[in-house]
Amino acid sequence: MVDVQFRFREDEAVNDPAVTVDSFGEQSNATAVRIEPGDDARDLLPHLNRLSLVEVSFPAWTDGRGYSSARILREAGYAGELRAVGDLVIDMLSHLKRCGFDAFAPDKALNEQDAQNAFDRWENVYQATGVDGRQAIWAKRHG
Amino acid sequence: MYKYDEYDQQMVDTRVAEFRDQVRRRLAGDLTEDQFKPLRLQNGLYLQLHAYMLRVAVPYGTLNSAQMTLLGDIADKYDRGYGHFTTRQNIQYNWIKLEDTPDILAELAKVEMHAIQTSGNCIRNISSDQYAGAAAEEIVDPRPYAELLRQWSSFHPEFLVLPRKFKIAVIASETDRAAMRLHDIGIKMVKNDAGEIGAQFYAGGGMGRTPMIAPLIREFVPLDQLITYSEACLRVYNRYGRRDNKYKARIKILVHELGRDEYVRQVEEEFAHLLTQPIEPPLAELERIKTHFVDPGFEAGASDDLDLTDPDFRLWVERNTHAHKQAGYVIATVSLKPVGGIPGDATGEQIRLMAQLAKDYSFDELRVTHAQNIVFPHVKKADLYTVWQALDAAGLSTANLDTVGDIIACPGLDYCALANARSIPVAQKISERFGSAERQAELGELKLKISGCINACGHHHAGHIGILGVDKKGLENYQLLLGGSEGADTSLGQITGPGFTEDGVVDAIEKATEVYLANKQGEERFLDTYRRIGMAPFKEAIYG
Repeated sequence: MVDVQFRFREDEAVNDPAVTVDSFGEQSNATAVRIEPGDDARDLLPHLNRLSLVEVSFPAWTDGRGYSSARILREAGYAGELRAVGDLVIDMLSHLKRCGFDAFAPDKALNEQDAQNAFDRWENVYQATGVDGRQAIWAKRHG
Repeated sequence: MYKYDEYDQQMVDTRVAEFRDQVRRRLAGDLTEDQFKPLRLQNGLYLQLHAYMLRVAVPYGTLNSAQMTLLGDIADKYDRGYGHFTTRQNIQYNWIKLEDTPDILAELAKVEMHAIQTSGNCIRNISSDQYAGAAAEEIVDPRPYAELLRQWSSFHPEFLVLPRKFKIAVIASETDRAAMRLHDIGIKMVKNDAGEIGAQFYAGGGMGRTPMIAPLIREFVPLDQLITYSEACLRVYNRYGRRDNKYKARIKILVHELGRDEYVRQVEEEFAHLLTQPIEPPLAELERIKTHFVDPGFEAGASDDLDLTDPDFRLWVERNTHAHKQAGYVIATVSLKPVGGIPGDATGEQIRLMAQLAKDYSFDELRVTHAQNIVFPHVKKADLYTVWQALDAAGLSTANLDTVGDIIACPGLDYCALANARSIPVAQKISERFGSAERQAELGELKLKISGCINACGHHHAGHIGILGVDKKGLENYQLLLGGSEGADTSLGQITGPGFTEDGVVDAIEKATEVYLANKQGEERFLDTYRRIGMAPFKEAIYG
């Protein structure tokens, strides 16, 4: 179990063991699940109301499938903790957050100050992801 | 052309700060080269054979004279006095020091330029028709749509680590000058039966080791769904594009393996879902962008007369100019392919001269073409001789647009860490052999493209004549291809047979041109004759 280094939620941290997507379908009492890059996040959509934690695994940060998985879950209304786990790099933290992640558990702890700078880096953004609560530049232009 | 507002400026300034921080962490040893590499690539910084190479974005190939002037200054200050214009309408510098790059980016940001996503597995600089806004036959100016997509694709959080690089081209005329169907996504702006403008989408084209022509995936995407549809195309690719093998990771392989119909089905399903999400900019944003692309103040009733008594000028006008939509004006192309030169290279001084000429005679605008030339899009015919004289004095008046001397070539083994063979010396030998005015006139339109390896940066698949450099038991060897085209009639070239030495391939081209001249009917171009008579007579002449 890796430690959560950054968390942007007010509620109590969830520490239930996360099960694989396959076994989640069979275990009706599980409340935490872990998505690997090849898993289809949409398999979880019928069960969102009993989930309180979804971990999305990044075995290598250059595999970007987890970004789509995160957004798909948020677009479907998932409001529980969405935790990025694995090979996280400082420079991608704010992009992960924009896709809906609100907790970060890197394999190796990141430099706190550099990470904070990275989270705060982009004051404005070009796109609306619809899942990060941020207003796109085009919305500000025509607000 | 597009002018940054405070938000756009802030985005590039932020990027400079971010990159400066990354370089600091790299130089301090906090980032290993392995960790730094994907980050610097997203900023167009490659480690080549001899030094770092920095690729600067020229969005859809359009730039103003202040930007062009700075590109010349960077060549002098940070490189060895020249820059290299690329097939993606960008410019790259081959002799850059890592510690200088944050300062170069900061200078670029001051003139609204950047190197964002000019490399890496993300959405690259969007290319377009170099005659946009000036050509007589276009339906609309494609650049506002390209700019909308530029902003959408810049730092798009979901699509920064795709399976592989992703290239988009936007055109808006029947004449395809951007090799649109050889892109990951090709977009053609069209008008439907109701007279509305929309976007026709093609997906899964590309060159590289497995060249493919993109199939049509949607006839018409309304303008108020353009971003949403693009997002659907990218999401399906990000989720299902192959990541197990980098040579099979481009979207063309996904579209090919799924089949066009299944890819379309998945995109449509994702599109229907994304239409429920609040992600599409309002049409007002497109309208705002369009106001940056209104016609410059053309002089009404400007004369169409041209004094062509100077024979060299006449030749250049015939070869290097194109009809303009406005009477009394013309589109002029500056060839960066002098006989014996390096295709696409220009000195700092030449770059600044072109900037000054654009300022004085082309409403402050220039274009970079995917064939590695520079365009003055709006020259008054009355000024054309003056412009030509200035170009001529600077060694920039080569009259060879779209002829055998107008060669596209990648940097090849002289610079590139991936190359198997040199491209530049082959290009030089070909232009020396065929570059005379008489030879070029005789051979007419003949697009020749050279790649130094299978990655096809020199577009050899799409050349009427293509050359591919390979490594054969430690020796450079050149394969010859015939019959490719990047135009509206896109086709892929076929290999003639066994490869050649550097001199041998030049001789083989000579033989191919002899077959063309002996069989040519009427006004046929080399490509037309090849298509009519097929490969056999060429093969016989070359190997017989």
